[in-house]
Amino acid sequence: MDRIPILRLRDLLLVTIQVDMHDRLAMQLQDELTARISETGARGVLIDISSLDIVDSFIGRMIANIAAMARVLDAETVVVGMQPAVAITLVELGLTLPGVRTALNVDKGMALLESATGEIEDLPDTDAGDTE
Amino acid sequence: MSAATDAVIPRILKTHEADLLEEWLREQRSAFRAGSKISESELRTQSREFLSLLQEATQGGNITDVQGPSYGRVRDVLGDVSRSRSLQGFRPSETATFVFSLKRPLFALIRKELATDTESMAAVTWSATELLDKLGLYTTEVYQKSREEVIARQQEELLELSTPVVKLWDGILALPMIGTLDSARTQIVMESLLQRIVETGADIAIIDITGVPTVDTLTAQHLLKTVTAARLMGADCIISGIRPQIAQTIVHLGVDLSAVTTKATLADAFRRALEMRGQRERLLRPRA
Repeated sequence: MDRIPILRLRDLLLVTIQVDMHDRLAMQLQDELTARISETGARGVLIDISSLDIVDSFIGRMIANIAAMARVLDAETVVVGMQPAVAITLVELGLTLPGVRTALNVDKGMALLESATGEIEDLPDTDAGDTE
Repeated sequence: MSAATDAVIPRILKTHEADLLEEWLREQRSAFRAGSKISESELRTQSREFLSLLQEATQGGNITDVQGPSYGRVRDVLGDVSRSRSLQGFRPSETATFVFSLKRPLFALIRKELATDTESMAAVTWSATELLDKLGLYTTEVYQKSREEVIARQQEELLELSTPVVKLWDGILALPMIGTLDSARTQIVMESLLQRIVETGADIAIIDITGVPTVDTLTAQHLLKTVTAARLMGADCIISGIRPQIAQTIVHLGVDLSAVTTKATLADAFRRALEMRGQRERLLRPRA
């Protein structure tokens, strides 16, 4: 059975969705991610959906929910790398993901998270400045 | 209709080919009169080719079935003639005249040939009329079709021309929209903008609607969708060039553009975009 890996990167959690999202997988991700956030005290979550080609209303809602849950747990969430087709589909479905931060790619997403969560700047030597 | 009368038209076409051609050309010249858009020599070439092919086609005894295989080359020539005429700006009636003007010389010859036999003269005249009418209608059909092709091609070109996405600055795209926005166009606009955002990695897109004459609820909704989709991908949108009339319409229609940054001119939007980039870069630069 597929599992979506959740990587820890300093204060951030990095979720890269590289398989077709189906409903059970999305539910599982929601469970695991919330557990990991509270476990690690992560300040930011970055969800990379650049390999996601197809979404339906359920997956769209799950993305919005996961972002909202992460915020409740005091972690800023950025959804990065959404494909044009996915963006159009979500808009047509009326899922505009209000309140979810978005960025074009992982680089920009990291930079956005770092500016949003002041904590990280105090860590020594982050490379993010060079990436912009 | 008997075989004897059937053979009259092919025979006339064969034996009087040169006379028929001259008469026909005179007929065509008088139909077009002055300012003819087609040269004498071209007309002659077309007419001669058509006549000789028609003669060949009728030899088989098939007088009226112009869709048949023996008329294949006749149809090709007629098709070429009417296509080239439609491109040269001829009217459909002028194009059909090419065939219809053959009637008078052909009927005259039939009358001469069958002067004594009125019965078969009527029959032959009728089948000649039928033949030429069908061929004439065929030219009109081809004419129509080639016109439609022109229109379709122009529509396509217009669609491509009217949706350019230009890069204004590092990370700033502009989409100057011109002309009325219908669903098909806005769909293409949306897709090409989003595609360019992915390709260039731009953070900010300016949609300039100075060239859009009217905005209705559907257009406004499409604009909002485009803005939202761009935001989902991580790019901010600015709408510029909203004219006073359109601002009034948007408010009257109750479209909520409060979530979107709007600017009066493209210049203002560009300035704002540069500011946004500046802020963002300052924010993202790690503190020394």
